[in-house]
Amino acid sequence: MGIEQKLGNMGVVTLSLEQVVNWSRTNAMWPMLFGLACCAMEMISMQAPAYDVSRFGMELMRASPRQSDLMIVAGRVTRKMAPVLRRLYDQMPDPKWVLAMGDCASCGGIFNNYAIVQGVDEVVPVDVYVAGCPPRPEALIYGVLTLHDKVRKEKITTWK
Amino acid sequence: MPQVREIETTVDELKHLFSDRAATGETMVLNMGPQHPSTHGVLRLVLELDGETVVRCIPDIGYLHTGIEKNMEAKTYLKALVMTDRLDYLNNVGNNLVYCMAIEKLMDVKVPERAQAIRVLMTELQRIASHLVWLGTHAIDMASMSVLLYCFRERERIMDIFEMVSGQRMMTSYIRPGGVWRDLPPGFEAVVADFLDYLPAKLDDYERLLTNNPIFKLRTQGIGYISAEEAVRWGLSGPSLRGSGVNYDVRKAMPYSGYEQYEFDVPLETGGDVYSRYRCRMREFRESIKICRQVLAKLPKGPFITTDRKVTPPPRSELGHSMEAVIHHFKLWTEGFSAPRGEVYVAAESPRGELGVYLVGDGGPKPARVHFRTPSFVNLEALALLGEGYLVADLVAIIGSIDIVLGDVDR
Amino acid sequence: MTHVEKTVAALRARFPDALEDVIEFRGETTVVIAPPAIVEVCTFLRDDPELGYNYLADLAGVDYLPAEPRFAVSYLPYAMAANARLRLKVYLPGDAPEVASVTGVWVNADWHEREAWDMLGIKFTGHPDLRRLLMPADWEGHPHRKDYPLGYEEVQFSFNWREIDAKKPYAKD
Repeated sequence: MGIEQKLGNMGVVTLSLEQVVNWSRTNAMWPMLFGLACCAMEMISMQAPAYDVSRFGMELMRASPRQSDLMIVAGRVTRKMAPVLRRLYDQMPDPKWVLAMGDCASCGGIFNNYAIVQGVDEVVPVDVYVAGCPPRPEALIYGVLTLHDKVRKEKITTWK
Repeated sequence: MPQVREIETTVDELKHLFSDRAATGETMVLNMGPQHPSTHGVLRLVLELDGETVVRCIPDIGYLHTGIEKNMEAKTYLKALVMTDRLDYLNNVGNNLVYCMAIEKLMDVKVPERAQAIRVLMTELQRIASHLVWLGTHAIDMASMSVLLYCFRERERIMDIFEMVSGQRMMTSYIRPGGVWRDLPPGFEAVVADFLDYLPAKLDDYERLLTNNPIFKLRTQGIGYISAEEAVRWGLSGPSLRGSGVNYDVRKAMPYSGYEQYEFDVPLETGGDVYSRYRCRMREFRESIKICRQVLAKLPKGPFITTDRKVTPPPRSELGHSMEAVIHHFKLWTEGFSAPRGEVYVAAESPRGELGVYLVGDGGPKPARVHFRTPSFVNLEALALLGEGYLVADLVAIIGSIDIVLGDVDR
Repeated sequence: MTHVEKTVAALRARFPDALEDVIEFRGETTVVIAPPAIVEVCTFLRDDPELGYNYLADLAGVDYLPAEPRFAVSYLPYAMAANARLRLKVYLPGDAPEVASVTGVWVNADWHEREAWDMLGIKFTGHPDLRRLLMPADWEGHPHRKDYPLGYEEVQFSFNWREIDAKKPYAKD
């Protein structure tokens, strides 16, 4: 108690490196503009003023994968699009996370057929799945917050 | 990984479509890939550029092909309805409507007046919502970000209305064969009337921002010109056609669902360029508001779905005391209703143009063939013509003005 | 006499052998044409000043397996001035279905025919660029045919989840 109080009065904070880095990663995680289908509409609604996601620092959707941290796969991924998705994922620099938004990205959704990849986890490793068809913007924000919790718990040994 | 292949260079396949200058290297072939902020979805354009000018523009589609038509053949008519929402994902109610109208035409089922009026109201609200997305995304391509945020704010109010009626913001599946799913909740008319009073002032704001804006006009006037004859030749429909002066609107030409009772104009512009199509759609907002007000004023009383028990399940209150109700309920929820042998084509006016369903029945409970004539598919073909000779930045404006939705194109 | 009735009469007069059948169903008229005559019929419908079918609304292929003839192509020209819609159908045999392309008559038939080729395997002779439209270029098979499987993945319940999970090709980073 004594030394921390004195340090606090001097304006010095003590934290572990893990906590600092994880907190800063969650603070402004830029999503990549990867809206494919109907879920993209709810993703844009999430950025719209009603369910403002810029309070989490995420209003800036970068079109270039090189400048983004989070890939929100919003919509159904077809077999024709799967290599493109993988290539974009590979172009994102570490650390990167993937959020599978909606039923089609999580498990193929209602489209159980020849053309749709049954769950985008066949193509890229997914961190958080958000269910819904399409998930409400609030559900998507909850998914983002779950991802933030997951990032905050990352250990220094598993960092990329 | 077994499912993912490397992307082959497909420029070789498309070599025959480029001009000779590409082979010598005088012009450059550039890929405006499936992931691009301005293509409004997963559209791939292979452009042949002479400096910044587009010499050839070849769309490569199929990145969102979901096989909806084949998947619907595996489901009963009612279960397949759920898939129609996801076709043109900005016109969910319109897709439901045209599919249900096709089933009703095939089975010769009559829809009560109240249901028809509710359908018109929902479709026009959906048209306003779709045009709001068009306006927002078109404006942000012209670098006007505020309009995007404003439009989505208005859209939230429409989504609240949809949620009030069906429980879902976008994929309502509210329109069912024979009518609508359930009656309007109490307080609905007040909410819609409130919204319709609120919207025109906002539209005036957006017009003040864009219509006489010199930057907007420089970027849209004279760009993407198509003449009326060419537009008809290429099969365009909707505001893309009416922006060139051709008066074809399915609501007026072949009225459906009671549209003939309502007074509205079909906005026509003669410029044929991006600016005219913009003006056309802005006027369509006002016409939709007019139609909605008339529907609310005239909303008839009565059943909201047909009482033909071969098509519609009975309400649960009847199941307690009527044996026929139980039998109908059982048949409809296990096997589904069967449509006769035959084929029909029904068209409706979606915010993008003529949306048609070609339904082939074979006497069974599942559709034998469902084919959607989607407006974006046909309108996108004309991009090869519309884009030539303009700059790459103009191409972005042109794609925005045709208002394509990739779910509509690829199905 | 409605425009559609006038059209059918004109077709009967001009192409008596090519016209195989006229079907009226739910207020729509379908004219079945013999496949070799389709381009002539379409050109006549478009160019004749009284008929004026200048707009092609839809072109779709249908698979009627197991009935023979297996395939059909349905054309839907629309006369804009007269506001009349007609359907033309050609029936094609099951093995190597081929019909002449109408891209010379209506330009927007291009993509519709490419889709019919991609999805059903119906070949359109004289088409400027007949290649796959919606499926990847190296895809094998024609998905909308009735004998093409839906590609259904088994639904995972708690009793079979482990087996399905073991077989599913998850991506390792």
